[in-house]
Amino acid sequence: MLRVEDLHKSFDDFKAVNGAHLTVESGQLVAVIGPNGAGKTTLFNLITGQLQPGRGRILLNDEDISKLPPHVICRKGIARSFQIANVFPRLSVFRNVQVSVLSQQKLSNKLFRPASQIAVEETGRILESVGLVDKKMDLAGSLSHGDKRILEIAIALGNEPELLILDEPTAGMSPDETATTMALIQRLAADQGLTILFCEHDMEVVFGTAQSIMVMQQGGTIVQGDPQTVRHNTEVQEAYLGDE
Amino acid sequence: MFGELIRQKSFGVSLAVFLVLLLAPSFLPRFYIYLLAVIFVTALLAMSLNLCVGHGMLFQFHHGVFYGVGAYTAGLLLAKTSIPWWMAFVAGPLAAAFAGLLIGLFCIRLNKLYFGMLQISLGSLIWAIAFRWYGLTGGDDGIHGIPIPDFIASTTGSYYFVLIVLGICLFLMYLILKSPFGSTLQAIRDNPERCAAVGIHVRHHQLKTIVIATFFGGVAGVLFVVVEGSIFPDLLFWVLSLEIFIMCLLGGWFTFAGPILGAAIIVSLRTFVGTYTEYWTLILGVILILLIFFLPEGIMGYNYRQLFRSRTKYAHDSQME
Repeated sequence: MLRVEDLHKSFDDFKAVNGAHLTVESGQLVAVIGPNGAGKTTLFNLITGQLQPGRGRILLNDEDISKLPPHVICRKGIARSFQIANVFPRLSVFRNVQVSVLSQQKLSNKLFRPASQIAVEETGRILESVGLVDKKMDLAGSLSHGDKRILEIAIALGNEPELLILDEPTAGMSPDETATTMALIQRLAADQGLTILFCEHDMEVVFGTAQSIMVMQQGGTIVQGDPQTVRHNTEVQEAYLGDE
Repeated sequence: MFGELIRQKSFGVSLAVFLVLLLAPSFLPRFYIYLLAVIFVTALLAMSLNLCVGHGMLFQFHHGVFYGVGAYTAGLLLAKTSIPWWMAFVAGPLAAAFAGLLIGLFCIRLNKLYFGMLQISLGSLIWAIAFRWYGLTGGDDGIHGIPIPDFIASTTGSYYFVLIVLGICLFLMYLILKSPFGSTLQAIRDNPERCAAVGIHVRHHQLKTIVIATFFGGVAGVLFVVVEGSIFPDLLFWVLSLEIFIMCLLGGWFTFAGPILGAAIIVSLRTFVGTYTEYWTLILGVILILLIFFLPEGIMGYNYRQLFRSRTKYAHDSQME
């Protein structure tokens, strides 16, 4: 479904992404791992159009999307969350999700109909599925860090994506919150048949959930494969897993 | 479709205020009726600016230009042609919106302060045209004694006209802000990057907002002609743009009705303090400083915090209820 081929991106002289390869099959839960500064976030920003690659191709269902702006890529079926909680702080939780549902339904430009009567059911369903219904009237800016991260996922779900990209969905969460969030992600993948691509620091989390793991180091891909293959890859052991 | 709106408490309050204002000419002296009309015109101008500033975080630094374009278009058509008055009145806002589109097309490529700075330069070009083209615009003298249709030529007549148009415009703006378009605009204000990632074409949306805001700015310009019967280049000068910007900040730029309050305060100050000293802008400066230190969200923004302290978390989303 998604194929990244030999992707490069430099900031001045620094090669942030330097020969990245990635394949995501439909319905898979794919993880990208790598030490800090390996280029995971940059890779995601390239895929979703926040950045333009210097070289290489990004194919979504065999169509090259590497030169498209973010809002077009989103319409093609890729939604994402960001590493730093990225919500609309002055709007209610409900509005946060509704904005993306409205965008998905191409209703963002409706001028004279009250928004409070549009896409209410869809928005409510999403809030229900992530467990934020009780807080739907709260200001997004007043949520706890963990809830903001969940809200981010909910906003992304509003776009009814084929592929959901999550940039460190559990960053900064307590162990409890991490467990809840990962359970949520697995449930979304299972119930809604979502294809999910995420990156993560926590090894336990990654090897426990992902069906395919891609390992990055210094901007390049070392290997991609199922957890067993990756665990036993000598290069990965040397580069990343160390003593394990 | 409007049921929800009409059931709201604040709708009743607004209706009551509107009715009192309708009766005002029967008990207020003529001068105050005139002053109220000026406040209404300025309030509409500030409200239109706040669509960009408060709800869109677009630093529309030279909004006065579109006020001026609306006023000049209507004024020139009334003074120099024989087309029916209502066509001149419609042409004003359309010309303002067109100017908004043209200037917006350039400015929208830039962000925040740079957006505002480019707008000041492009807007000043339009001011220069009004200021220099004596043959058409009367230069720095402007044009006075513009023929206004009889039924709105008197102080009371123009007062009613301005009040009713203001009422209609406020109602439309309210609907727009409550619509999906308005929600999306506020989301862009809070986080443009996130909006792009949910499939919203941020720049298009902002440009549409500018066109809508400049249209209402043009309506205010036409109303100015109705009240004053004259046009002059000061309408497009950057000082006026700064004043209305301050009105938005003073009244509460994240609230719906804040700019009306801001306009009322500043116009009243200008009128009453202006009779004692010509340095009244000095007082404006002091107000601005106090504002930045003590009321960064403006008077209504502050009020909201106080009134709804127990449910602060609802404040912003229900700010327009």
